[in-house]
Amino acid sequence: MSFLKPIALALSLGTFSLASHAAAEQYFPLQSYRIGPYAAGGTGFFGGFIDYLQHVNANGGVNGVKLTWSECETEYVVEKGVECYERLKQGLNGAPAAATNPLSVGIAYATLDRSHADKLPLITINHGRTDSTDGRVFPYAFPLQLNPYSEVSAIVNYIAQQVGGADNLKGKKIVTLYHGSPYGKETNEVLEKLAAKYGFELTLLEVPHPGNEQQSQWINIRRIKPDYVILRGWGVMNPVALKTAQKVGFPADRIIGNIWSNAEDDASPAGAAAKGYISITTHPSGTDFPVLQGIKKDVIDPGKGNLADPKRLGTVYYNLGVVNGILNVEAVRLAQEKFGQRPLTGEEVRWGFENIRLDDKRLQELGALGLVQPLQLSCADHEGGGAVRFQQWDGQAWKLISDWVQADRALLRPIIEASALQYAKEKGITPRDCSKES
Amino acid sequence: MFYTEAGQFSTRYAADRRVFRLRQDRFALALLLVFAAGVVPLIGNDYWFNAILIPFLVLSLAGLGLNLLTGYAGQLSLGSAAFMAAGAFAAYNFQLRIEGLPLLISFGLGGLVAALLSVVFGLPSLRIKGFYLIVSTLAAQFLIPWVLVKYGWFSNHNASGVISAPPLQVIGADLSTPVGRYLLTLGVVVALTWLAKNIVRSELGRNWMAVRDMDTAAAVIGISLPKAKLLAFALSGFYLGIAGSLWAFAYLGTVEPHGFDLSRSFQVLFIIIIGGLGSLLGNFLGAAFIVLFPLFLSNLVGLLPPGLIDAGQLENVQKMIFGALIIAFLIREPEGLARIWQKFRARARRWPLRY
Repeated sequence: MSFLKPIALALSLGTFSLASHAAAEQYFPLQSYRIGPYAAGGTGFFGGFIDYLQHVNANGGVNGVKLTWSECETEYVVEKGVECYERLKQGLNGAPAAATNPLSVGIAYATLDRSHADKLPLITINHGRTDSTDGRVFPYAFPLQLNPYSEVSAIVNYIAQQVGGADNLKGKKIVTLYHGSPYGKETNEVLEKLAAKYGFELTLLEVPHPGNEQQSQWINIRRIKPDYVILRGWGVMNPVALKTAQKVGFPADRIIGNIWSNAEDDASPAGAAAKGYISITTHPSGTDFPVLQGIKKDVIDPGKGNLADPKRLGTVYYNLGVVNGILNVEAVRLAQEKFGQRPLTGEEVRWGFENIRLDDKRLQELGALGLVQPLQLSCADHEGGGAVRFQQWDGQAWKLISDWVQADRALLRPIIEASALQYAKEKGITPRDCSKES
Repeated sequence: MFYTEAGQFSTRYAADRRVFRLRQDRFALALLLVFAAGVVPLIGNDYWFNAILIPFLVLSLAGLGLNLLTGYAGQLSLGSAAFMAAGAFAAYNFQLRIEGLPLLISFGLGGLVAALLSVVFGLPSLRIKGFYLIVSTLAAQFLIPWVLVKYGWFSNHNASGVISAPPLQVIGADLSTPVGRYLLTLGVVVALTWLAKNIVRSELGRNWMAVRDMDTAAAVIGISLPKAKLLAFALSGFYLGIAGSLWAFAYLGTVEPHGFDLSRSFQVLFIIIIGGLGSLLGNFLGAAFIVLFPLFLSNLVGLLPPGLIDAGQLENVQKMIFGALIIAFLIREPEGLARIWQKFRARARRWPLRY
C-alpha cells in the first residue's frame, strides 16, 4: 500500500489548505483550454485574463477583496466544459464564484440553463448566443461588447462607408464564406435580411469543418467577382482562405475577417498572401495602453506572467483576455458598491454586469481608453457596445484603419427579441419585467 | 464464503434457467438498485449527478446498444453517434411538434426513428462483412449529422442549428433538477438493460450469437441471416437513439449535430472493447473506465501545488497515462474488464479452494 501514501498526503494537504485560505476572496472559475486545436486562442485569452487578475491583486484587489481563480481544461470540448463548470461552480476554499467565461459557443450553450439555475453569470465576450442579448429572457447570459448580429451589421456598415454610403450598396456583390458549424451559420439569416434591406447581392458559401480545403469555394468566388468577401472563419480555415484567395487572384484587401478571423495566428501563417487583409476587432493589439504597461510592470517583469511565450503579450487574443478581465472586475466592483465590500455571490455580480457604464472618463481611470469601447449595459441589453474597429495586416502586425464603426442595433433588436421570445416559449420562461429591476 | 452455494437447489427447470440463479447475485443486484435509486439521490451533489453519474449511465446505454450489434451479432459499426444524433433530433421534433406528447413516448419514438435509419444503413450487411461493413456505417456517420446541419427544419430553424431540451416532465413530475435528471436516466437505463438481458437470452439473442460465431453454419441450421442481422441493427439503433435523447436532454440540455461526431462513435466503440464484447456488464465497466478515469486523474492532478508543472503539459501527461492504462489493461485481459470480473467471480465461488 506504499503507493497510496502520497495520495493520502495530497488529500490531507488539500484539506489543510482549505482552512488556511479563509480570507475574503472572490473566485473566478476558468474553463480554459491549453491543448487541442484551439489552444492558440485559449492560452492567449486565459493568459491575458489571469494576468489582469494578478495585476488587480498586486494593486490591492477590488476594495481589498483579493481575486482568486483555478483552471480546468476543456480542450474546447462541450462535455469537458460542462464537467469543469460543475466542478468549479461551488467556488474555491470558501471564495464564491463570480462568473464563468468559457470562451466557447458550444460550452456556453450547454451551460446556459445551468447558469440560470445556479444564478451564476455566463460571460460570452464577443460571441455566444445572439438572442441572449435580451436580458429579459436570459438574465444570466452576457454576450458582452459584440454579439454575432452586431458583428455582421458593423461589417456591412463599414462596406457602406467604403463604397460611399449605404445607398451605394445597391447592386454590390458580397460573398460570405462561413465555417460549417453552428457558429458559422449563426449570422446567415441576418445577413439575408440586411441584403434585402440594402439591396446588395449576397452569396453564402459554406466551408466544411475544419476548412483546410477551399479550392472550389474560391473558384466560385472568382466566377461571382464580388466586391467584398466576408470571412467567417475559425482556426485553420482563415490562413487557408487567404492563401487560396491569392491563388485564384482575389485581392486580400477585399476580404474582411470577422471577430474570430482577426488574430495574428489567423493572418501570419498565410505569409505574404495575408498582406492587406482586413478584419474587425473590438480592441486593438499592442502594449501601449496604461493597463498593459501596468500588467507588464506588476506581473510580467517579476516573472509571474501566465504566457509560456512572453512575446505574445499584446496580441489580439491576449488583449481580449485583458478586456474580459477588466469587464469582469468592473462588474464585481460595481456590485460591491451596492452590496458591500465583501466576496459576492453570482447573483450579486450579475447586478454588477447589468449596471456596467464605461464612459471615456472611467476608461481613462482604468488605463484602457481605446482598448475597450464605451459600454452601457442594462437589464434588457446584455451586449452594451456593438462597435468594432477595422484593422489591416501589414505582413507583420495589425494596423488600425478605422475609428469605431457602430452596428445598426435598432434594426437588429426586433430580430433578437423575436428569437428570444421563441426560446422563452419553447422553454416556458416568463420574461422579466425590466421596469421593476433596480 | 459469501458465495456459498450449498443448499441452493433447483427443483424446477425454470429455477435453473433464471437470470440470476444464485441467491447472492439476486441480493447484490437488489442492493445495488436500492442504493442507486434510493441512497445516491440523498447523498450525491450536483457535480456527481451532472458530471459523473449521468454521462456514465448514458454512455453505458450507448455501449449497450453497440454491444448488441457488435458484441452479440458480430456486425461492426462506426455509426453509433449518428444514430444517437438521429434519436435526439427526432425526439426533439416529436416533442416540439406534437402538443402534449409525454416525454418518454418522444424518447421511444426517437429511438424508433434511429432504429429505422439503422436498418437502412445495415442493409449492406446482408452482402458484406467485417471491415467492409464499417464503410456503410461510416456513411451514416457522415450523412446523418450533415443532413441535420443542412436542413434547418430539424433544429426548428435555430440560427446556430442547436436544439435545447424541452421541459423534462414525466407523469406530472418535474425532473429538470440534477437529481431528477439522474433518476430519469437511471430509470430508462435500468429498464432497457433488463430488456437487453432478456433479448440476448431469447431465441433472437442466441441466433445473433450463432451468426456472430459463423454465419454460414448459422444459415445451415436454419437461422434467417437477414432477419437476425437487421433486427440487430434495429435494436442497436433503438438503444443508441434513446441514449442520444438522454445525452441531449438529460445530460447536456442542448446539443448540436457536431456533438455526435466520429470521435463519439469511437468512444462508444472503445467502451465496448475495453468493457468486453458480448457482455452487458462490460458496457457499464467500460463506460465507468472511459468516463471516470480521466476525471479521477484530473482531480488528482488538481491537488498538485499550482505552478509546479505547466498546465498544458499536465493535460498531455494525463492523456498519456490514460492511454498507457488502456494498453496495459488490454494486454492483461484482451477480453475486457467484464472478463476480469468473471474470473474474479469464478474464484470467489470456489474460495477457499483453488480449483
